[in-house]
Amino acid sequence: MYRLARPLARLVRAASRRLGRTGGTTAPGRLLLRLSPGALDRMAHDLDEGSLLVSATNGKTTTSAMLAACLERAGRPVVHNRAGSNMARGVATALLDADRGAGQLGLFEVDEAWLPGVAEQINPRLLLLSNLFRDQLDRYGELELLADRWAELVERLDGSARFVLNADDPLIADLGRGRDGVTYFGVEDDSQALPGMQHAADSKHCRNCGHAYTYEAIYLGHMGRYRCPNCGRERPAPQVAATRVALDGMTGSELDLRTPQGKLSVRLPLPGLYNAYNAVAAAATALELGVPLATVGEALEGFSGAFGRVETIPIGGRRVSILLVKNPAGANEVLRTLTLEAGRLDLWLALNDRIADGRDVSWIWDADFEVLAGRVRRATCSGTRAEEMALRLKYAGIDAELVVERDLERSLDQAVATATGERLYALPTYTALLELRDLLARRGLAKRWSE
Amino acid sequence: MPTLRVCSLYPELMNIYADRGNIAVLRARCEWRGLGFEHAAASLGAPLDPDAHDLFYMGGGQDRDQIAVAHDMAATKREALHAAAGRGAVVLAVCGGYQLLGHSYELGGDELPGVGLVDLRTVREPGPRLIGNCAIEADLGTGSRVIAGFENHGGRTHLGPEERPLGRVLAGHGNNGSDGFEGVHRDNVIGTYLHGPLLPKNIWLADHLIELALGVELEPLADQQFEDGAHASARRAAGVQARLN
Repeated sequence: MYRLARPLARLVRAASRRLGRTGGTTAPGRLLLRLSPGALDRMAHDLDEGSLLVSATNGKTTTSAMLAACLERAGRPVVHNRAGSNMARGVATALLDADRGAGQLGLFEVDEAWLPGVAEQINPRLLLLSNLFRDQLDRYGELELLADRWAELVERLDGSARFVLNADDPLIADLGRGRDGVTYFGVEDDSQALPGMQHAADSKHCRNCGHAYTYEAIYLGHMGRYRCPNCGRERPAPQVAATRVALDGMTGSELDLRTPQGKLSVRLPLPGLYNAYNAVAAAATALELGVPLATVGEALEGFSGAFGRVETIPIGGRRVSILLVKNPAGANEVLRTLTLEAGRLDLWLALNDRIADGRDVSWIWDADFEVLAGRVRRATCSGTRAEEMALRLKYAGIDAELVVERDLERSLDQAVATATGERLYALPTYTALLELRDLLARRGLAKRWSE
Repeated sequence: MPTLRVCSLYPELMNIYADRGNIAVLRARCEWRGLGFEHAAASLGAPLDPDAHDLFYMGGGQDRDQIAVAHDMAATKREALHAAAGRGAVVLAVCGGYQLLGHSYELGGDELPGVGLVDLRTVREPGPRLIGNCAIEADLGTGSRVIAGFENHGGRTHLGPEERPLGRVLAGHGNNGSDGFEGVHRDNVIGTYLHGPLLPKNIWLADHLIELALGVELEPLADQQFEDGAHASARRAAGVQARLN
């Protein structure tokens, strides 16, 4: 079946690309897997350089795109699910490009819950795991259960794969304890430390003994420099670390990296500490794969962002900066980045509750919208649960004009028309981002996104 | 003016679905009315003074945290909670907190102790977790009203013969997915599977709880456009459009 199914899936992909359908990143793979359930394994065998898998709650798409940029600049051909379609069908669609003898390396971001299943079939040579935060509990279940499944996966791959792990996230760091073939990355700049634990922080307790960790520095959520006062378990020393992070609002940040290959200073054109983490993760992995240090630096400096993650698009004479928000930890980082901007801000927020967003919108009460109190001029709330977003802002003490308009297109036009500053900050959830992207493509303001 | 004294039980562990939204709403609605507001916490090992608070709140947690909390609550807080409920303090327990209000809670083959404040047991039964938007019709003595929210629970809760549910399920699963009822309501003790930020979606319930806890009657607040909108939004998500109040 595979021999027939694969060319058929390729035809479907070519057709959907011609029609400009956004489903072109999943439908061909879905068809292929239905006709030939073992297709992932067979296609992955055509990748001469093997595959690496990237997973995390936050930053998968951006980190993978940075890594792809490093590899491509080093002249390494990559097969990559770059639009972020990250379940088995999205990986299968990307794998249609696998070509034996072409020296390709597979680079796949994989949804947290799908990771064990996809890894089972693809047999990666390297696994990059960055963070686990609470996210879509209705879909993923509890964080601890997900961490258990990842631990089983790492155990199974031990000996056949290498691991690049975040030392600053205790859940991730634990995966590598006592193993060979692990590279840790992290941040070591206490100027970026938060004054205290954010409300949404998870995993504040040692998985070894159950005691609460003490933190010398908290950088983001439950990520930081931690130690268990009871059993002594502590953050492993990272081989690749950002020893200096200087944030410069929406324009980007400066990073100094310490690596086994030497020091590297990078001007990263993406804002926020969360993107600094993505860059350190990508750098650690690229170096592990033999990309020269200087090439990593060039790739990161020339990086232009991934789909809907900090894009700026001109609409109606204003610059609209699109920042995906989808869970408390990610939203907190976006909000923290916005507080670095000058003046009172014009916001457009689109809260959807479709399956890919998580049907449960409770999470907005875990995100610290309070940090924007006194910093917002006008907030237009859209999406399927627009009114609940507006209520959240009201109770966060946002003393701004709050507008509710569930229709995405109308609300965006209103927000653009009534904004006063040069910039409008757009914060959509995942499916709202897809709608926004389609809308901008229809207006010829953004290219359609396909693999 | 009176002060609403709220105590969160195990807030650093039992907060998985953004339970703090409930506290934020209680705080704001007291402050906007010129009422005082105090918020305390009682966690593992801490004693609980039944007379020091008007409203006790407990949210949901991860299984692992819930095990520690169940044992601690039975050992250190059972008597105080009975005393507080006995003198009419409000107890609002949501999700995992609700399960621990009863006699026992079955988790991973073990039976965890509850505080026995209400007559119910939570057991495991074959079938998937009960997940989704949910709306119920409840009468807390002020006429029939809708409470809308989101439920996500593996346990099935069964009430004893004398115990009253909080409401009748209009949409969703409720206590056990089979008997058509949701939550528990005895005097000023309320337990529900509608988890996390339940009060932001049902502002009428927030105001009602403040009234019960303080024994006062509140004037409605002006400009409730977003509060009404959020309630309508949560109901719409559950497929229960406004037809009751």
